[in-house]
Amino acid sequence: MVTTTRTAPLPSLASVYRTRAVVELKEFSRQREAVVFTLLFPVLLLLVFGAILDYDIGGTVGVSIGFVQYFLAGVTAAGILGASLQNMAISIATERSDGTLKGLAGTPMPRHAYFVGKVAQVLAVTVAIIAVLLLVGVAFYDVEPPRGRDWLTFAWVAGLGAAACTLLGIAISSLAKNGRSASATVTPIALVLQFISGVFFQFSQVPEWLQTVAAIFPLKWMAQGLRAVFLPDQLAAVEPAGTWELGRVALVLAAWCVVGLVLCVLTFRWQDR
Amino acid sequence: MCGPEGRDVMGDWLPVTSTTAAHRGVRPHPGEPLDPDAAISVRGLVKRYGAATAVDGLDLDIRRGEIFALLGPNGAGKTTTVEICEGYRNRDAGEVRVLGEDPASAGRRWKAQLGIVLQSGAGDSQLTVRELVRAQASYYPDARDADEVLELVGLTEKARARGRTLSGGQRRRLDVALGIVGRPALLFLDEPTTGFDPEARRQFWSLIRSLRDDLGTTMLLTTHYLDEAEALADRVGVIARGRLAEVAVPSALGGRGSAPAVVTWREDGVRRERATATPTALVRELAERFGGEVPELAVARPTLEDVYLRMIGKRPEAADDAGARDEREDPAW
Ligand SMILES: Nc1ncnc2c1ncn2[C@@H]1O[C@H](COP(=O)(O)OP(=O)(O)OP(=O)(O)O)[C@@H](O)[C@H]1O
Ligand SMILES: [Mg+2]
Repeated sequence: MVTTTRTAPLPSLASVYRTRAVVELKEFSRQREAVVFTLLFPVLLLLVFGAILDYDIGGTVGVSIGFVQYFLAGVTAAGILGASLQNMAISIATERSDGTLKGLAGTPMPRHAYFVGKVAQVLAVTVAIIAVLLLVGVAFYDVEPPRGRDWLTFAWVAGLGAAACTLLGIAISSLAKNGRSASATVTPIALVLQFISGVFFQFSQVPEWLQTVAAIFPLKWMAQGLRAVFLPDQLAAVEPAGTWELGRVALVLAAWCVVGLVLCVLTFRWQDR
Repeated sequence: MCGPEGRDVMGDWLPVTSTTAAHRGVRPHPGEPLDPDAAISVRGLVKRYGAATAVDGLDLDIRRGEIFALLGPNGAGKTTTVEICEGYRNRDAGEVRVLGEDPASAGRRWKAQLGIVLQSGAGDSQLTVRELVRAQASYYPDARDADEVLELVGLTEKARARGRTLSGGQRRRLDVALGIVGRPALLFLDEPTTGFDPEARRQFWSLIRSLRDDLGTTMLLTTHYLDEAEALADRVGVIARGRLAEVAVPSALGGRGSAPAVVTWREDGVRRERATATPTALVRELAERFGGEVPELAVARPTLEDVYLRMIGKRPEAADDAGARDEREDPAW
């Protein structure tokens, strides 16, 4: 016979996952624009806003809280959005239009391993952003780091938010022609969401109808959940509902996970049309 | 039915002993059943894009261990056919078996036996060439050594360069490296040598021959370079407007082997040209007439390019029509 019959087993899932995770981490960390845009931009925002807007926001509820403490929650939410939704939408659209995805689909790599690699990338970048933002906040602006049970809230809000935004980013990537058009679409939308979701200024200052619009999208709920982590409980009174609404935060983010997953399954393509 | 070097693949498909279309070295008939022994067997393949029919009833058998070249003009349906066989595109009608399975439903084990070099190539990457080939190797059960593969395609010096910094021809070599690193039993090569310099092309040819001769790899190759098809392929198929016009060994395509030879010479200050089935007799006659050297004597058979262009309908004044214009003046000479 000309062909050998293959008896060697396919590589283990663990080894393929490891390859994909390493590939994705290298692809991200070696791409200067991605690192600057996703990782350094939020840090720059924190540095600049922290230096300019150093006023007290706790007056109405009788505590002394600098705006940087509030902004840290918002910029962390924005950073997670960038690491997940924006990063996925742009990188996957790029990889689809340049043929990387089509090439992978022609190998015996199990297809879900591609997403395992992407999740590893999002996780790593998210953790890096959170760590750098916290360090800068604590070192330069006397931000109070979370304590005790706040860490638990921090973990699930960040994790659930990143999951929802990753799925949405993957779904959005299918709408774009290529990475550049994905970037041109997603970046302004993210910026608008940041303005109306309580990232750059207090959510209570956003007009009520815009608050309603913001409440449809995950970013507002991520920022709110992170405020519960970074701000003293007295400040919950300033929130629209008068509490942190952590139950609702979990519910909305979980709902977006489901919507994102359904959209991914319905729309994901391995090659350009 | 031997390759360009008179090679005889394993001997078990010699034409005398077999009756299937593949073994006769011709195009299978539409009604003929799929060939279970073939690496690729296609019957009545149809693919439409909207109202346009790209592949229109194509029949093809590619036997195990051969290099089969698919020729055809731009838009003839080569990539469409190849990508249906690879499992990338769905078909509208017809039957397809690749390594015994239907590509539309085959799984990972089946994919592990394929190597694919797409016409469009792989994407930009921040990974180095070696990292890319290693990553690809890790998806296959019995992959080759990455550095060995880089040596084979002539990319050893670029092993540490990022994928995105490669030149066009170097990228194409990387595509080939990614295609062969999984030790495929069946290798698809869709215009693999686009952008290769002459030396790279020769190196690629010897790589392809050694894959066939040493590893028994079956290859389906599309190309626009007729010299490449002639040098590499055991058989060539010409596809035009979505149908297979002819399948033959390169030396016999379009009746090339038995086509009249064209004898040209200079006489009374003009070029003379005559098509004849007995060129030796003509040359002897000329030699006697001139009593020694015949000025500017040349004897030519139609090139692969001649018969190819005639088959796809791009050269109406084909070589074997030349008999009708016997001994004329030809300003092109
Ligand atoms: N995805 C597609 N959508 C619509 N039409 C397509 C698509 N792919 C191919 N076609 C059409 O089908 C026909 C055959 O295309 P195909 O790519 O198979 O040709 P080809 O023989 O590979 O040509 P080339 O030598 O230029 O690579 C062409 O007319 C092309 O325009
Ligand atoms: Mg093509």
